[in-house]
Amino acid sequence: MSTSPVQSADLMLILPELVLAGFAILIMVTDPFLRPSRRKWLGIVALVGTGAAAAATVLMAGQTGTAFGGMILGDAFSVYFRFLLLAIAALTLLSSLGYVEREGFPPGEFYALILFGTVGMGLMVASAELIVVFLGLEMSSISTYILAGYRRQDSLSNEASLKYFLLGSFATAFFLYGIAFVYGLTGTTNLTILADRLQTPLGATRLALVAMILMFVGLAFKVSCVPFQVWTPDVYEGAPTPVTAFLSAGPKAAAFAVFLRIALAVFEPTGETGFWILWISAALTMTFGNFAALVQTNIKRLLAYSSIAHAGYILVGFASGTPEGRAAVMFYLVAYSLMNLGAFAVVAHLAGKGDRWVRLEDFTGLSRERPALAACLAIFMLSLTGIPLTAGFFGKFYLFSAAVNSGLIGLTILGMLNSAVSVYYYLRVVVMMYMREGPRPAPTESIPWALGAALALSVLGTLYLGILPGWFLSKTVAAIPLP
Amino acid sequence: MDWIQDHLLTAILFTPVVGAVSIALMNREKHGRIRWLALLFSVLAFVLAAVAFSKFSPDQPGMQFVERTSWISSPHIDYFIGADGLSLLMVLLSTFLTPLAILASWESVEHQAKEFFLFLLLLEAGTLGVFLALDLFLFYVFWEAMLIPMYFLIGIWGHERRIYATVKFILFTMAGSVLMLVGIIYLYHVTGSFDWETILTRVSGPESVLSGTAQTWLFLAFFVAFAIKVPLFPFHTWLPDAHVEAPTAGSVILAGVLLKTGAYGLLRFCLPMFPEAAQAYGPTISVLAIVGILYGGLVSMVQPDLKKLVAYSSVSHLGFIVLGIFAFNVNGIQGAIYQMASHGVSTGALFILVGMLYERRHTRLIRDFGGLATPMPRLSAFFVLVALSSLGLPLLNGFVGEFLIILGAFKARTLFGVLAALGVVVAAVYLLWMIQRVLFGEVTHEENRRLRDCKPREVFILAVLTVAIVGMGVYPQPFLRRLDGTTRQILTRLDSARIYYVQGQDTPSLPVRIGKGVPRPIESCCSR
Repeated sequence: MSTSPVQSADLMLILPELVLAGFAILIMVTDPFLRPSRRKWLGIVALVGTGAAAAATVLMAGQTGTAFGGMILGDAFSVYFRFLLLAIAALTLLSSLGYVEREGFPPGEFYALILFGTVGMGLMVASAELIVVFLGLEMSSISTYILAGYRRQDSLSNEASLKYFLLGSFATAFFLYGIAFVYGLTGTTNLTILADRLQTPLGATRLALVAMILMFVGLAFKVSCVPFQVWTPDVYEGAPTPVTAFLSAGPKAAAFAVFLRIALAVFEPTGETGFWILWISAALTMTFGNFAALVQTNIKRLLAYSSIAHAGYILVGFASGTPEGRAAVMFYLVAYSLMNLGAFAVVAHLAGKGDRWVRLEDFTGLSRERPALAACLAIFMLSLTGIPLTAGFFGKFYLFSAAVNSGLIGLTILGMLNSAVSVYYYLRVVVMMYMREGPRPAPTESIPWALGAALALSVLGTLYLGILPGWFLSKTVAAIPLP
Repeated sequence: MDWIQDHLLTAILFTPVVGAVSIALMNREKHGRIRWLALLFSVLAFVLAAVAFSKFSPDQPGMQFVERTSWISSPHIDYFIGADGLSLLMVLLSTFLTPLAILASWESVEHQAKEFFLFLLLLEAGTLGVFLALDLFLFYVFWEAMLIPMYFLIGIWGHERRIYATVKFILFTMAGSVLMLVGIIYLYHVTGSFDWETILTRVSGPESVLSGTAQTWLFLAFFVAFAIKVPLFPFHTWLPDAHVEAPTAGSVILAGVLLKTGAYGLLRFCLPMFPEAAQAYGPTISVLAIVGILYGGLVSMVQPDLKKLVAYSSVSHLGFIVLGIFAFNVNGIQGAIYQMASHGVSTGALFILVGMLYERRHTRLIRDFGGLATPMPRLSAFFVLVALSSLGLPLLNGFVGEFLIILGAFKARTLFGVLAALGVVVAAVYLLWMIQRVLFGEVTHEENRRLRDCKPREVFILAVLTVAIVGMGVYPQPFLRRLDGTTRQILTRLDSARIYYVQGQDTPSLPVRIGKGVPRPIESCCSR
């Protein structure tokens, strides 16, 4: 690592994070000086922040190379994921504007923490260095630990936060331990140098395998793979719903991005063993997620298990181990984030004050009372199921087509059967909304504009990626991480 | 106009979509306008389909009215549609039944009428897409997409056990089709194309890129998806529930069109793409078809519920169709295709009639009726005619197809022909007995005396159906002539496979062992 002074070109490569952090600090600093009635505008400031960061990403998109002595990498891959993360943050903010007001949350920290979390995730996807990955991971984790417990008077929310914190720190420790092993083995934490050194017989040693497994455990926790998924339903249920939405998309996308990067460097050399770990974990994750979701009666827990199942599908793309598989993973993450954030946005609105109305029965008769809202949720459910003309279908199609091209026929059949199982529980939500007779038990409030915007964006995105995925897919393929 | 002439099939396919979109933009209170709009677009689609049918030249081999535009460049997926006699006949059937289904629900659907007609038109578009798509990916998109409107139609406007029925319907069909998707992806993997015609040239015969085992598995993956849709015994259990619980329009489209997509898939994909495997499994499937014919017929006989009786009669009739397809000769296949259209019309008519009775009496039980000919002479006359057409009376539509199928079955194997003919007898028993108990004899229930006979709208629906029933029975030639090309093509595929098959090995055994060009074996299904 060189010790040259920081250049402006270095700063350019982390410009989006600098902008976001700047806005987050601005929010925290102005918060105490504002009258409480004005504080709701801080959400708009945060939204502007994500917009500015997106503009910054466009600005730095042309810059390639490394910064800070090889710690930060500027490439199409990091730009792709930054856009995704910023979209996730923006959608979360849009669906929390009304929510924060309704729940009477202190707005300043809430919005600032979402931005800080996004900064951490942005660093994760842009890092060329395991230590920076860890830094980003911690930054995003700590923000989300606090966010999960934001409903301070609520025991479920406290439980969520504590569970997420304890298990999460445990998992990050695993990851750090893995880094330590890698460092001990190769004498570096730089991904490029590391990849070279692991190509030698060093990479085939048992120690390398241990390092790989430890790092896998750390990331598997973040993306909730079986058997590291136990926290997911409890945390998703207890956390305030927009936070759940954020948790289900943001950290997952960032962790998978890191996974995509280090898989090439650390996993490939371990060969067969690494492949079988992915294979088994994909098979278990999707099967467990889908079957556990079948019996859920709480929509947030249902979506939690569904997110586990989707992590399983994504792992199928990893198991295929080809550039096509990596592109499919990236595409699927976008599709998944859109439909999942959309579904949670609807749930957040309907749940009412204190997230009370989250049983499936509470959705009875929604199609008659709020046809537009019901139609949105139905589209997200169909997309999560993987019905054609939605993003979920194309995403799944690309994933499994990559798997077939790598000869993973067994895993593909398993995945497809899982997908057929999932029809039951996703459509149960539709059954409740459209087919059950009777009045809706829960009260309905009018839809705030921000939520409307969030829903419109995610519905349009879901349909756009489902009907005309060509352009976006070509962008995805162009952003595949280089080996 | 020029545009429509060049893109006739696209025009047919998207007319219902445009109709659905315009209904979506309507005010939900304006029931009358919504109904008329739905009727208008569905009739328009029928007119366009009739134009295509008359412009189709039977002597020209292959697909006509072909349109092809790139949809997605990588993986290479095209918006590729075209029609031969088989698809056009199915398109004609589908566009013929939809306006009638709309008319049949003219007054009975009151709550959420907007959504009802919207879903009905989307359903029509989905089935049309299935019949027209020549790109396997496009086909699968329509195949799955058409389930969703049906799911809502049964689930929202169905009868008491509608939720159970609709969930069962969608789970069964989904379970079948996901494996077909694996098959489609695998075919793309080995042939590098979703294009049906390209795949045909690469997957069969001595130059095949598929190993014998792969072909067997692929055949089964496609076959199960289609067999569930047909439905072939023993995959039929979703059908009685779905038919009985669906609203009238839903039952009409379900029996008339949706079941045909399964038979269509067998003819369009299973047989031509995997002829060797199809022939190896042919006898087994024929046996299942015969079991279905007899079982469906016998179960029909004992049904106390009219709608269930008609539903099980569909299991029996569809058994005939599958038997004809797997007879692998001209008579069998032509008869099967003709019967597909004919069954759509007759069973559609039966469901409409049962629906009319249900609207009046709110019961479907046979014992609640009796002697209806006295208060309702018009409806009874139509009922008798439709039942006769369904049981295959000469000069009515059911006869042509059934006769050809049985002829084909006899040629294939005498025993199959004998058993199938027995199925016709059973059909005569359950239909005539039903007619006798419902329409004739004394009026057993007082309230039945005051039942109103058909209104002009209902007479119109039934008259149109009668014209089709008699027309198809007396003069089948224009239809059959258009089916020549399709039949010949399928048989050529089967024959070339048969020659190869006989040369390769003299006694057929399972799984088939053919195909020497075997680049990618799938023996170990989980290795990289």
